[in-house]
Amino acid sequence: MSGVSVTKDVQDAAGAADDLVVLSNVNKHFGALHVLQDIDLSIARGEVVVVIGPSGSGKSTLCRTINRLETIDSGTITLDGSPLPAEGKALARLRADVGMVFQSFNLFAHKTVLENVMLGQLKVRKTDQKAAREKAVALLDRVGVGSQADKYPAQLSGGQQQRVAIARALAMDPKVMLFDEPTSALDPEMINEVLEVMQQLAREGMTMVVVTHEMGFARSAANRVVFMADGKIVEEATPEQFFSNPRSDRAKDFLSKILHH
Amino acid sequence: MFDFLTSGQYDVLGAFWVTVQLTLYSAVGSLIWGLMLAGMRVSPVPLMRTFGTTYVNVVRNTPLTLLVLGCSLGLDQTLGITLAGGDSKEIGFRLAILGLIAYTGTFVCEALRSGINTVPVGQAEAARALGLSFFQVLTLIVLPQAFRAVVGPLTNVLIALTKNTTVAATIGVAEAALLMKEMLENEADALFAVFGVFALGFVLLTLPTGLLLGWVAKRVAVKR
Repeated sequence: MSGVSVTKDVQDAAGAADDLVVLSNVNKHFGALHVLQDIDLSIARGEVVVVIGPSGSGKSTLCRTINRLETIDSGTITLDGSPLPAEGKALARLRADVGMVFQSFNLFAHKTVLENVMLGQLKVRKTDQKAAREKAVALLDRVGVGSQADKYPAQLSGGQQQRVAIARALAMDPKVMLFDEPTSALDPEMINEVLEVMQQLAREGMTMVVVTHEMGFARSAANRVVFMADGKIVEEATPEQFFSNPRSDRAKDFLSKILHH
Repeated sequence: MFDFLTSGQYDVLGAFWVTVQLTLYSAVGSLIWGLMLAGMRVSPVPLMRTFGTTYVNVVRNTPLTLLVLGCSLGLDQTLGITLAGGDSKEIGFRLAILGLIAYTGTFVCEALRSGINTVPVGQAEAARALGLSFFQVLTLIVLPQAFRAVVGPLTNVLIALTKNTTVAATIGVAEAALLMKEMLENEADALFAVFGVFALGFVLLTLPTGLLLGWVAKRVAVKR
């Protein structure tokens, strides 16, 4: 894996055993478009990896392959040592351990905020009603939307909805959280409330893969920045290295376009 | 002019009661069968999809009269399938319901399928990402939202079904249309009065249905 990981409990150089998510030689096509090209990426337990890059570079697709919302054409993805199952019950079990937060929130529109956070616990984890409710209330309080528990998603602001979505994912006690452009659909004044929740999660040691355009978040919360362009991982570095001294021309070009104004 | 109503010779209310029963049993059956067909048509199993699509396209495009007659002549009289009905009256009633379910189920299926298309794909993705199975995603997330979106179209199907029960007259089920035919023969001088009574009877059945379900549709609509 890359030499720049700064995991909290690194064991030694052979610490590959502590890699939670490992993508190796992953390829995917959308028709003629080779959207993921020989992707190798390892994410250690407790590590926060931020994936950035221009639109259409494959970063969202990469994120979605990790819980197999997108299938891959070749290569392997392992989670906590075991390869991703292709389908069926085994895949559902794996997905329960991988939290996902979407750009468009995707809260269940016909269920209240509280029901959204309880559903996975009740139907997948088979938690009893009372325990599920207590946990949901606690999580909603934690992300700062406890007072909205009985409302429907459409009655909440985008920022509130996204925080509920984070709570919904956390209710499953995931091993890793995937964030697919979690702030891209938000009004500017709501972005920070979501990022703060994510910062807090990162501080608490959650393993996170975050696809985002928020460079501030990448700087402050990431252990490692992965820069993608045209379906390839072009550069991996610590945030300090990447933002102050990018190695590749593609990254320099990208940063010059987004940072100077 | 309306003497035929008070003569005691015709049981108009009784005939409409049979119509109501045909409608209710067929409606419940069609809803269940339509749900199953819709489940098949969106399932990841190719064999089920093929069956669902073929069934819907064949049955939806077959005249209802043909289906109901087929149930009576084909199932009962040729194959001896009587659905555990005792006398011919009971057998006819049950076979008519079978034919109506087979037919109306296809329309319920297609209404539901259009409802499923109104549910954003992200809803199912989020549900899958939580670890729900295909069946759970369908029954907990997609169908409840699809249903709310198609209360209006399903109301149309129910109204059409109510009126389609008259086809049961072709196999001798003693519902409203059969009685009307009898009365038209006997009371030819009051032709328009007889027509009027039966038309009014059906309007009285379907109009409140439409109004009630229209109100339900507004209430349960999913806000996005």
